[in-house]
Amino acid sequence: MNVLIDKLPQILAAFGTTLQLLGASALIATILGVVLGAFRVSPVPALRWFGTAYVTIFRNTPLVVVFIIFVVALPELGFQSSFFFRAVIALSLYAAAFVCEAVRSGVNAVQAGQAEAARSLGMTFSQTLRHVVLPQAIRTVIPPLASIYIALAKNTAVAEAFGVTEATYQLDNLVRDFPGSLWFLFFGIALGYVIIVFFISGIAGLLERRWAVSR
Amino acid sequence: MSQQTAQPAPKPDPKGKKAPKAKKAKRVRQPKVSQSSVLFDVPGPKARRRNLIGGILAGLAIAYVLWLVLRLLYEREQITWDKWTPFANLGIIRSLGEALGLTLLAAVVSIACALVFGAVFAAGRLSDHRWLRWPSIAIVEFFRAIPLVLLIIFLFIAYGNVTERFGALVIALTLYNGSVLAEIFRAGILAVPRGQGEAGYAIGLRKSGVMIRILVPQAISTMLPAIISQCVVALKDTALGLVISAPDVVSVARRIAINPQYDNILAVGLVLAAIFIAINYGLSRLAGWLEARQRRKGRAVVQVTNIPDAGMGGAATG
Repeated sequence: MNVLIDKLPQILAAFGTTLQLLGASALIATILGVVLGAFRVSPVPALRWFGTAYVTIFRNTPLVVVFIIFVVALPELGFQSSFFFRAVIALSLYAAAFVCEAVRSGVNAVQAGQAEAARSLGMTFSQTLRHVVLPQAIRTVIPPLASIYIALAKNTAVAEAFGVTEATYQLDNLVRDFPGSLWFLFFGIALGYVIIVFFISGIAGLLERRWAVSR
Repeated sequence: MSQQTAQPAPKPDPKGKKAPKAKKAKRVRQPKVSQSSVLFDVPGPKARRRNLIGGILAGLAIAYVLWLVLRLLYEREQITWDKWTPFANLGIIRSLGEALGLTLLAAVVSIACALVFGAVFAAGRLSDHRWLRWPSIAIVEFFRAIPLVLLIIFLFIAYGNVTERFGALVIALTLYNGSVLAEIFRAGILAVPRGQGEAGYAIGLRKSGVMIRILVPQAISTMLPAIISQCVVALKDTALGLVISAPDVVSVARRIAINPQYDNILAVGLVLAAIFIAINYGLSRLAGWLEARQRRKGRAVVQVTNIPDAGMGGAATG
């Protein structure tokens, strides 16, 4: 227990890194995922195929392998950057595939009549998507998006194995010095993740209630 | 997903058969876009030309980027003979194959155990007894909320001398996937129309009887696609064995990559990705096929996306 209190600054700093990883990659993944989702419902076949290929590749590859390619192999190609930055890239590319799927399912959940009405007003595909369909789709995809962010929060732990000193890294690190406190360290760090997860699902629940689409 | 509109069988036409048939075939080909047809009409000639131009431009852009990547790889000497020949080496193929076998074994064993774990804790969560329900909720929520990596490292450090690396990986996968499956089971049982359970009570069954005879058998078929999706997640998550150097395919492949004789981390990463994509894509197709079959029969399907964490959940983790 003492270790947990003594090393609290160190553990909190590591959770700070976890949150930075989460924030940065959630932002990039969301933007990329929405663009890919738009590709997947677009009238241009080449873009649809690209979106499908992207999702198939990144959804079926383990995150660890994505990390191997983007965090370990890229520097060999001359992309020198910090571990943190490369970890964000790997996490974002991976999560974007799931965001894309969520967006697509949200778009499909919007009633066809809405888009038809928009078309009969003379809106183009991108206008329909931007002004009519996406705003409504985003409301319906809050629950799946929340689970993507929750999963992303837990996925940041993979960065541990690739040298980013985030929260899970500290279990590995501190246990070496304080082997007797393994259980305390585990539950202490686990509690941190539980708080993050409950925080995200709490916000999602709040938004869901506020923005609920009445059908 | 809108159903494929049933094509009316071409009526026998005594004369001038050819021309109308050709026209029809052309028109029917369009709505393959079924899902996206919400957003745009079936394109007319002008829109089709525009889409074609857009498609060609997009295709060129994609091809250009791919070419840039390939050129870069070539310049950095990644596409050379000695980076890829290891994969033609019989010894290496065999050790990768053995490791892949262990990876699949870890996934199968942990899914099998997770099914049992999930069934027990789903029953616990649905129990009427508070002393059974609350601990079940706490355990399921805990294992779903923490990163699998953390669990794997903890189990390995705490019990690694008993479980070995492989066992630690399998137990961690079981606890995590079991918790997700418990939620899937619960959703599946709650998805059975209420009247069915009530009918069971009406004919004098007790809760266990209603569960075992009425709800569970129906829930199983609705949950099958979700369960298979979870198998994909479990298989992907085996890759986390890397953090404790479990004898799985990723760890073995990594050992090849860091061998100075080969030094081909990118090639190894791409080969690993190809292996996982091939297996998981097959499994996903199977899940999709089962789901379509369920829908065709007019039965409900448990939506993986509605269960926080399933599908990508670990997926993501993994």
